[in-house]
Order: sequence, then C-alpha cells, then structure tokens
Amino acid sequence: MIEQALANPWIRQLANAALLLAVINLGVLVLIYMERKVAGFIQSRLGPVHVGPRGWLQSVADALKLILKEDIIPAPADRFLFVLAPFFVFVPVLAVFLVLPFNAGWVAHDFSLAALYVIAAGTVAIMGIVMAGWGTNNKYSLLGGLRSAAQLVSYEIPVVLAILAVVFYAQSMSLVDIAEAQRGFGWFIFHPPLLVAAFVYMIGQLAETNRTPFDLPEAESELVSGFHTEYSGIRFAMFFLAEFANTFFAAALAVVLFFGGWDGLPGLTGALWLVAKSYVLVFVLMWIRWTLPRVRVDQLLGFAWKVLVPIGLIVVLWAAASVVYAGGAKP
Amino acid sequence: MGEVNPDLQSRVVKFPGGGVLVAGIDEIFNWARSNSMWSLTFGLSCCAIEMMATAASHYDLDRFGILFRATPRQADVMIVAGWVSVKMAPFIRRLYDQMPDPKHVLAMGGCACAGGPYRDSETIVKGVGEIVPVDVFVYGCPPRPENLIHGLILLQERIREESILGVRKREPITVQG
Repeated sequence: MIEQALANPWIRQLANAALLLAVINLGVLVLIYMERKVAGFIQSRLGPVHVGPRGWLQSVADALKLILKEDIIPAPADRFLFVLAPFFVFVPVLAVFLVLPFNAGWVAHDFSLAALYVIAAGTVAIMGIVMAGWGTNNKYSLLGGLRSAAQLVSYEIPVVLAILAVVFYAQSMSLVDIAEAQRGFGWFIFHPPLLVAAFVYMIGQLAETNRTPFDLPEAESELVSGFHTEYSGIRFAMFFLAEFANTFFAAALAVVLFFGGWDGLPGLTGALWLVAKSYVLVFVLMWIRWTLPRVRVDQLLGFAWKVLVPIGLIVVLWAAASVVYAGGAKP
Repeated sequence: MGEVNPDLQSRVVKFPGGGVLVAGIDEIFNWARSNSMWSLTFGLSCCAIEMMATAASHYDLDRFGILFRATPRQADVMIVAGWVSVKMAPFIRRLYDQMPDPKHVLAMGGCACAGGPYRDSETIVKGVGEIVPVDVFVYGCPPRPENLIHGLILLQERIREESILGVRKREPITVQG
C-alpha cells in the first residue's frame, strides 16, 4: 500500500517535503538551544539551565509561547504584504533543502542544475524581506529591509563565484555529483584555489544569514529589530525559523561543496557525518557571531565589492587554470 | 486582558471532562509562557544598570529563559527600571499597548514602584502603576540582582496560576528591598 502510493512521483515528492519540514523544524530547535548555550559559554555564563534537563526544552517552550501569543497586524500596515512576507522568506529556505544530498541516494530531488537552483531559489527570500520592510509601514522596518536587500545582493556574488570554482573542479552542477567527486578524502578544501573559495563562501554566507559581523539588517542598537520589528507571535517565529534553517543550510552546503559531503571514516552512516560536519561549521559561525563586533554599513558594502568580489574572480580564474593545465580534481 | 466571556467557566464545567481538558491545556500553556518571558529592552535610569548586570555573566537571566528583545511586538514582560517622568509616561503606556497579550509588567526600584525620593516632584509619576497595570513591585534603591530575580520567579509562579478561561488575578506582588 505505502510502496504503491510512493511510486506516484507527486506523492513521493510531497512525502519528501513533509519529512524535510519535520527535520528542519527539529534541527532549528536544536540550533536555537545550541546558539544560546554557545553564547552563554562564550560570555562566561551558563545559558538556559532550568527548563527540562540542562535546559534542553528551552526552545520548545519558546516556540510554543510564540505560537500562543497575540497576532498583531498594525493598522497602517499593508495587510496583503504583511501576511505574505513570512512565507516568502520561509518557503525558499525549505525549497533549497530539496536538493541537499544527505547521503548517497538520500536526496529529495537531484537534478543537473542543483547548484544554480540553490542560488536562484535562495535569492527569492530577499523579496520577502523587502516586502516585510515595506509592508509594515514602519521606518525602522523599511531601513532594515533595504539594508538587507543591499547586503544580500552584494554578498550573493562572491558566494556564486566560490560555488562556480567548485563546479569547475567537479565538472557538474549537481550537488550529488559534487559530493561524489570528493569520495575517499579527496575533499575540495585540500585544493589551494578551493581553500580560498571556501573562505570567500563562508564570509559571504555569514553576511547572507545576517549573522553578527554583518547583522546590520536587524542591528538592535539602531534599527530596533530591522525588517521584523512589527511582527509578533507565529509570524515572527517563521522569520526566526527561516533564519536558523538558512544558517544550517549554509553550513550543510559548505560541507557538500568543500568538506566531502557525506564522506567520512567508515562505520557510521554518511548522513551522520554530513550533519556532524555541518554542526561544526555552524559552531564556527556562532563563535564568530559572539566574538566580533558589528561592521559599519559602508565598510560592509566596500568589503564585498572591493575585496571579496576581486578575490572571487581571481579564484575562479585560478580554479579554471588548475583544472585545464594541472589536471584539477586529480592532484 | 484575558477577560473572556464571563459565563465560559460555567459552560466548561457543564461539559463532562471539560475541566480536566482545560486544566491540562492550562498546564502546558503556562509552562511555555512562564519559561519563556522575553523582556523588553529599555531602561529609564540607574536601575537599568542593575537590570543589565542581572542579565550579564554573574547573574545570567538567560538561565530562566529570559532574554531581551528590542521590539515590544516580541516581548512578554516589561521591566520598568527607574523613575518615570511625566514626559516619558505616554511612551511607556504606548510601548505597553504595543506588546501582544499575554503581557506582564514588573516595576523595578523604589522610583518605578512609588516615586522614590522624587515622590514630591511634580515632574515624576508617583509609581508606574498609575499608567500601566503592574504585576510585581520590586523595591530597593536599586534592588540587588537577587531581588530582581526573586521578583521574576514570583512572576513565573503567578503566570503558572493563570487560566485560558478566567480573569487574571490583579493584586500585585511586592518584593521588599
């Protein structure tokens, strides 16, 4: 019965999407707990300890409380944009997970342009952020939304260049092929051009996920909370969910692109290796977030266009040259 | 303010097992609400320094799941830390109105509770209770972080006694300085 139903491609994709949604939601609860604990230990505090054993249930309590809060739509807001914006931010994040390979054969949908699709689908979220900023009719939200748009558009380019360098090495845009090409510890991070590309990618993703050295869109000391200033309860929870899911996706994509995907020591399932490596990278992102101060907005854009983009272009040329003249992926 | 249909209570009791159902839901909802009291970031004067110290490394409010949100739309508890001038009062009322229900107010320090040493001044409101309904008064000048934490724990206990059906108890709790 279940096999018959799963043979239908539509039902199969729906089942995959539902499974991914569950995994993402659980993963985000873990990430929020981890963020607060890491923040605590970095600031020599403890973080949550009272709710559940060692505070494990803290994010469950937070999520439940946010669902139960009053849902406010401010009178001057544009209702249509205000209601639609959280979905525009959350759905692209869910959509990019569809092509992420967790293990050999563990991918909801693999196709030959997956790397391009990740970039294209991820960019739709900027629309949602600008909609939220404009639709709430609040000056802080508008400034936050516009800053966010400028930042995300600028940092998308170095990320694309870094992914392009990887695509040269793997000779494919399918994420499954890219991960397969690194089997047996032939990780792309060990190749000099891609080591630089990995740095460019991580800095770019740090900015795209709005984390602290680049968290200008929601800078508390100047913009209250940026584009989600007027959102309360469940709608704010969706922005929060999207932000943390995006952080996890950025780390998981880095693992697939540079750190061998599900490749690891034998004995454990590949998916566990992928998730473990992703969490290490997420920890690095949190470490940076709670250590560095915020940059200024002109420094932010100057850094993207004057430093990261030129480095990205050089890396692309370097990667292309090493693929053509030095045999590239087989050192 | 949680004032639902007054005869709702009697209807639920008529429904067999209704009381048990509501009690179970109350327990779960109150657990979530009392363990995730996000507080609004603002300080009016010197008590704010003590409030920041309570949130920082030594006393660490995040242990109880209390963290500070910059926007009233995402806050559950308003800690009024410091004297409230007549000029500031409308803004405090506005911030309170912008917070989504269920919301609570904690008045921190002698000035926020009753005007403190400025009680005779015409420019100071004689306690924030005159503009917003206060749940917990924490006296002291300023209250020590332990006192503020004690007030917050009493507020948690108060939230655990609330019900989705009934009117909230409004007699404020007082923590002596």
